[in-house]
Amino acid sequence: MAAPRDKFGRPIVVVTGMGIVTSLGAGKVDNWKRLTAGESGIKTVTRFPIDGLKTTMAGAIDFVSVEPFSSTSLSERLAVMATEEALGQSGVGRKGDFPGPMFLAVAPVETEWPQRIEVARAVPTKDFGIIEYLAACGNGQFTEFHRRFTFGSVALNLAETFGTKGSPISLSTACASGATAIQLGVEAIRRGEADAALCVATDGSVNPEALVRFSLLSALSTQNDPPQGASKPFSKNRDGFVMAEGAGALVLESYDAAMARGAHILGVVAGCGELTDSFHRTRSSPDGKPAIGCVRKTLADAGMEPNQIDHINAHGTSTPENDKMEYLATAAVFGDHTAKIPVSSNKSMVGHTISAAGAVEAIFSLLTLEHQRIPPTINYEVPDPAIPFDVVGNKARDAKVTAVMSNSFGFGGQNASLIMTREPA
Amino acid sequence: MAEPKEVWITGIGLLSSLGEGLDAHWEALGTRRVNVDEKRLAPYIIHPIAPVSFDAQIPKKGDQRQMELWQRIGTYAAGLALDSAGVKGNQDILSRMDMIIAAGGGERDLNVDMAIMNAGAQGNLPPAMLNEKLMNELRPTLFLAQLSNLLAGNIAIVHGVCGTSRTFMGEEASSIDAARNAVARIGAGQSDIALVGAAHNGDRGDLLMLYAFGEFTLKDQYRPIWARKDSPGLALGSVGAFLVMESREHAEARGAKPFARISKVVADLAQRKQPGALTKSLQTMWPQLGVSDDNTALITGATGVEPATAEERAFLSEHPRLAVRATGTTFGHTVEAQFPLGLALAALSISRGALYPANDPTGLEVEKTGAPTQIVVLGAGHWQGEGMALVEAVS
Repeated sequence: MAAPRDKFGRPIVVVTGMGIVTSLGAGKVDNWKRLTAGESGIKTVTRFPIDGLKTTMAGAIDFVSVEPFSSTSLSERLAVMATEEALGQSGVGRKGDFPGPMFLAVAPVETEWPQRIEVARAVPTKDFGIIEYLAACGNGQFTEFHRRFTFGSVALNLAETFGTKGSPISLSTACASGATAIQLGVEAIRRGEADAALCVATDGSVNPEALVRFSLLSALSTQNDPPQGASKPFSKNRDGFVMAEGAGALVLESYDAAMARGAHILGVVAGCGELTDSFHRTRSSPDGKPAIGCVRKTLADAGMEPNQIDHINAHGTSTPENDKMEYLATAAVFGDHTAKIPVSSNKSMVGHTISAAGAVEAIFSLLTLEHQRIPPTINYEVPDPAIPFDVVGNKARDAKVTAVMSNSFGFGGQNASLIMTREPA
Repeated sequence: MAEPKEVWITGIGLLSSLGEGLDAHWEALGTRRVNVDEKRLAPYIIHPIAPVSFDAQIPKKGDQRQMELWQRIGTYAAGLALDSAGVKGNQDILSRMDMIIAAGGGERDLNVDMAIMNAGAQGNLPPAMLNEKLMNELRPTLFLAQLSNLLAGNIAIVHGVCGTSRTFMGEEASSIDAARNAVARIGAGQSDIALVGAAHNGDRGDLLMLYAFGEFTLKDQYRPIWARKDSPGLALGSVGAFLVMESREHAEARGAKPFARISKVVADLAQRKQPGALTKSLQTMWPQLGVSDDNTALITGATGVEPATAEERAFLSEHPRLAVRATGTTFGHTVEAQFPLGLALAALSISRGALYPANDPTGLEVEKTGAPTQIVVLGAGHWQGEGMALVEAVS
């Protein structure tokens, strides 16, 4: 049996449960089947009118309904679905009694347009200003909107449902949020503060304002037709990311605690790393230095050498800048070994699940380890010669995979990476 | 497990409705000054930020333009904290300094929102028109001024704080957890030095919406926190409060002097549907802090919202010898910034060898003579989440 501590003397952190929802479907089985078949979950948006929008497709999750609809309620529902699946697989604790803290990556919350308009209709005066509007907000009819649109609301409801312990932490590190949630769980277990942690990441943000805001920053692909062809990481004709919804949940445990209860171990979170980029609010430093530092910190945290990584689950957003910077950073760290690492981006199929992406992709990385099969990067028809990665293009590839690095790079200079392995090192 | 490392507070940055810097705050607290505005958003009461030239901490106008006021307040206060800790511009330290920020969302464009809401109320907003209005009228960079994690992003850009960067959300509890997480990481050797804090702008009609929904706003007339029993509510305030926390050994190695040490942070989520749950949660936390004598001081971020404030008062009544100070009386309620504000004032009081005067006509707050060696900081969210910290003199 492997040592219960890693080479730095810290408790080893293992994964014992995973749950996932993306535009490809609910649950690991469906997602894995469709992901490795190279299917796309990106469709033309039908949830709201798309007139006047530059980008009209997304990886929206339309097979889950919440009533009344809000992005926050959808985020919560997706998180519940993913968590139920993860807890079911893990078997840790009892129903409604999870024996540890929760770390939740969730999109920033705001009162949404349907609700804003509903209140507006209750304002008795015409041509009202904010004070009259606020009076209507406080007329006693809209108390539920406070419960729904506080930033802590999703975590509060999840904590009550699943009985997590202590103060649940809601967090946002933009596109790296899902990875940060896992990182916080790993750190808590390594500190000996908890034997188990529930790390959840969710995003149900395909709504008009979110789409417009990303669109105004020129971050989104506008290749709307066909929608499933829009997300094309590492391709020369890539032109932006595709917004998507999804959720991922992972049960992390100390190796000791998992072994003691005879749990099935799905994989190990061997290392986490993070380094902030101070170059620009939305753009990565063109020299890739912060991403390089992030990847190096992650390797160091895992106590691993670059040549021990045999697959990279890339951030691969399909924006012109990210994919190029990601290649430069990877090449700087991995040198000659770079060409030997198969690289793939799940975002080509599920889109960019933003706050959820780090967790969704960590789960896909762990499934890659389990099945020894790397999901493809679809729409890889015109390789970008400036990105000479060994891209797993269009068709899944069977491969011997022992250690996966999963990268997340986001707005606000947020860079986080994870290394997952099949067995404790 | 090894004994946790001692965590020092070596830098404090404060910008608020009272002004900027530690001396200005100490002086204002000493004279019981309160900056409140009953007119601007009447009947809602707010505490606006004191006039400040942001250039001193955010020299590039281009950077200032990319931020809304809450981010400027925060970036400014973060700079003050770095100055105070003596690490401003120290690339070696800043490049590995960890950052844990508590944040809500930033200012919206109220003009655009009001126009759309008026159109919607009059039935002049076919669904497609929402897209058109948003596409044409939203300022592209406003998104970045709203995103929760972009306060941290701006601090990284302006001040170069570039270790790890994590933004916690969830109203009052987010900053209690930020402090808790920072102390835990430093204590366990996962971090040497961290910047912890939050910023809040209270002069925001768009933000008042959320609290109006729950009927949690203080209206018509300003009252001190403990005098709001018959007309409960919170008055939004404006504060940027940041702390530099570091391990004792890291501070000593660079010759930094502590304001105080932060020995314990605890937090929980009471099931508030049950009456008395908050009181019980506070009772459970108290013995975990390690307060050696009840004859000490407690700085609370009590909101004035009921039933939370009454439940907190029930807990406080069991410790009648505590000298209590409610920051809400002076600063209003600054949500995410309230707990770091409490920590800042506790550390400042300990370093100045005195607790600042009471400001409470009801008599719940009592004067305290002598130098405090321990100050408890308490935060109980208006709706969810609660926690406490113990700030102590360095022995």
